[in-house]
Amino acid sequence: MQSETTTATAQSTVDPAEIAKFEAMAAEWWDLNGKFKPLHMLNPCRLDYITTQIAGEFDRDLKVPAPFAGLRILDIGCGGGLLAEPMARLGAEVVGADAAERNIPVAQIHAEQSGLEIDYRHTTAEAMAEDGEKFDVVLNMEVVEHVASPIDYLTACHDLLKSGGLHICSTINRNPKSYMMAIIGAEHVMRWLPKGTHEWSKFITPDELFDLLRQAGLDPVDRKGFVFNPVKWTWGLSDRDLSVNYVTASLRPAD
Amino acid sequence: MDNPCLPPHICHMDFDADIAIVGGGLNGPALALAMATAGQKVILIDALGVTVRKDAGFDGRSYALALTSTRLLEGIGVWERIAEHAQPMLEIKVTDGRAGEGPSPMFMHFDHAEIEEGPMGQMVEDRHLRRALLEAAKDTDGITQINGRRVVAQDIDPAGITLTLDDGQTVRTRLAVGADGRGTGTGARAGIKRVEWRYAQTALVCAIQHEEPHNGIAHQFFMPPGPLAILPLTGNRSSIVWSESERNAARIHALDDAGYLEVLRPRFGDFLGEISLAGARYTYPLGLSLAHQMVAARVALVGDAAHGMHPIAGQGLNAGLRDVAALAEVVADAARRGEDIGSEAALTRYQEWRRFDNASLALATDSFNRLFSNDNPLVRMARDVGMAAINALPGLRRGFIREAAGLTGDLPRLMRGKPI
Repeated sequence: MQSETTTATAQSTVDPAEIAKFEAMAAEWWDLNGKFKPLHMLNPCRLDYITTQIAGEFDRDLKVPAPFAGLRILDIGCGGGLLAEPMARLGAEVVGADAAERNIPVAQIHAEQSGLEIDYRHTTAEAMAEDGEKFDVVLNMEVVEHVASPIDYLTACHDLLKSGGLHICSTINRNPKSYMMAIIGAEHVMRWLPKGTHEWSKFITPDELFDLLRQAGLDPVDRKGFVFNPVKWTWGLSDRDLSVNYVTASLRPAD
Repeated sequence: MDNPCLPPHICHMDFDADIAIVGGGLNGPALALAMATAGQKVILIDALGVTVRKDAGFDGRSYALALTSTRLLEGIGVWERIAEHAQPMLEIKVTDGRAGEGPSPMFMHFDHAEIEEGPMGQMVEDRHLRRALLEAAKDTDGITQINGRRVVAQDIDPAGITLTLDDGQTVRTRLAVGADGRGTGTGARAGIKRVEWRYAQTALVCAIQHEEPHNGIAHQFFMPPGPLAILPLTGNRSSIVWSESERNAARIHALDDAGYLEVLRPRFGDFLGEISLAGARYTYPLGLSLAHQMVAARVALVGDAAHGMHPIAGQGLNAGLRDVAALAEVVADAARRGEDIGSEAALTRYQEWRRFDNASLALATDSFNRLFSNDNPLVRMARDVGMAAINALPGLRRGFIREAAGLTGDLPRLMRGKPI
């Protein structure tokens, strides 16, 4: 319902000047060296984790075209569609949700230019859970450190999953190193992120996140670190180093 | 959206294939096979018909394939088609010689027995390699060939690239690859500029038949006019690559076969017994040609289209096949992540992987040539001492052997013998 109204709004009542503005914003979201450079740098590594987890959980072969056909995937905090588009390209039916209204037409325009159909909605996880929406996979990447009540939010993510569904959640650890890297490093020294993007006290340790996931009714099954290699200037996955950015996989137990 | 989307929720937007490859010589078909192995749909376009390219007689050209290149060919199902025509290169002897004087006593000797990976390379004739690649491409489902058609225009849009052929037919894909050599082609149409150096030198290329067996030994003589390489082919045959000043080369090339052999004979002595020509003779002007960029929007370049180099160490095709293996891996990984395979993000990874390697190889062969083509006695003494030093130090020598076998650097999976 909500998606139809949003789509209709975007296509019928937005004036051309607005569309030009959204196109410029879409270009900004997808500019590798622009404002979202850190996300673009992290993206291949996030996608490696996400695609491998989904393929493993739903027994899919990533070497064939459209391996995620038949899966319904929700991307929370979809922004310009950096994760939603790859999921759609892999054949999934994708809903992208963002609490920031202006991201929706921006993401829609880019998906359309890319020849992808994605259902972008200005809504929240809680509102969608209340509407009774269900998904095979919920992607919850770099969001939980920004919400007011992580437990309420993760409970909504649980409710959005079908029985046996997969929840992938990444965030930032809380320790002196993450303070140095994520706030001093990324926001102040490298200027990768605007100052004030993160509030260190909201960061969550992997053990705390596992506890929260369990409280929300999910079964944590995996965790890995996203580690930046300053020599290769790329991100990679690590089994052991979860000291700054890390990602988890958890399942909604079968009813 | 008004164009109906094909299930499952992907609008195909009239794509004819995932990738269009322009150029059906060696790198083009190799890339098509690597991409098809990774599940991509490929259209391979060449201006010439297949028969013209495939059925040429032995034209005297051959390649020293590095170990890593033969691994790539194994991985894409081509090696099994040419293995019987390949001559393993077991040793390389490098000698500083001077015409009329015979080789100097200082030399370097590289033996594959010093590294565990096997022969340093395989000598393969152009005709066998070309035929094997084209036949493998024909037998592969994911590859469609368009032959005898020239690309006349290429246009990009946010989601893809459209090539227009000389018969008006269009081909729309996510990515177009230029494997079309150093002339004006895909790269130039994408606005990529090139930088060129010309040497006043020409390579003379031929194949010879000789009395004595070569025992799998390759020789490289460095002489003032330029280097001369003797590379073992199957049977009692060797491939000769030799460079001379432009003027001398033109004069030698104009001689009849007997006259040509008269000039050639004293340059490498009589250790192979009596020699005769086996196939046509060729000349290639030597030069270095580097594209400023290996990628542009929805375009990537491989092989000579990106970097035409001095053929001094036979590294041109090996470098091209490294491009092929790297690009195929970048595209395969991007596709498996759901990324747009023709996006700037994916293509930048390919360029960053390959560009440094290619530029440094081109410059290294360039300075190698300048060093060894010099007849200044001091330079000559210095390089003789240097060669003797390398020969005396096993660690350094092993390093050179591994470099010749292509085993150094950040290798793509297909060159490590792993599936793509």
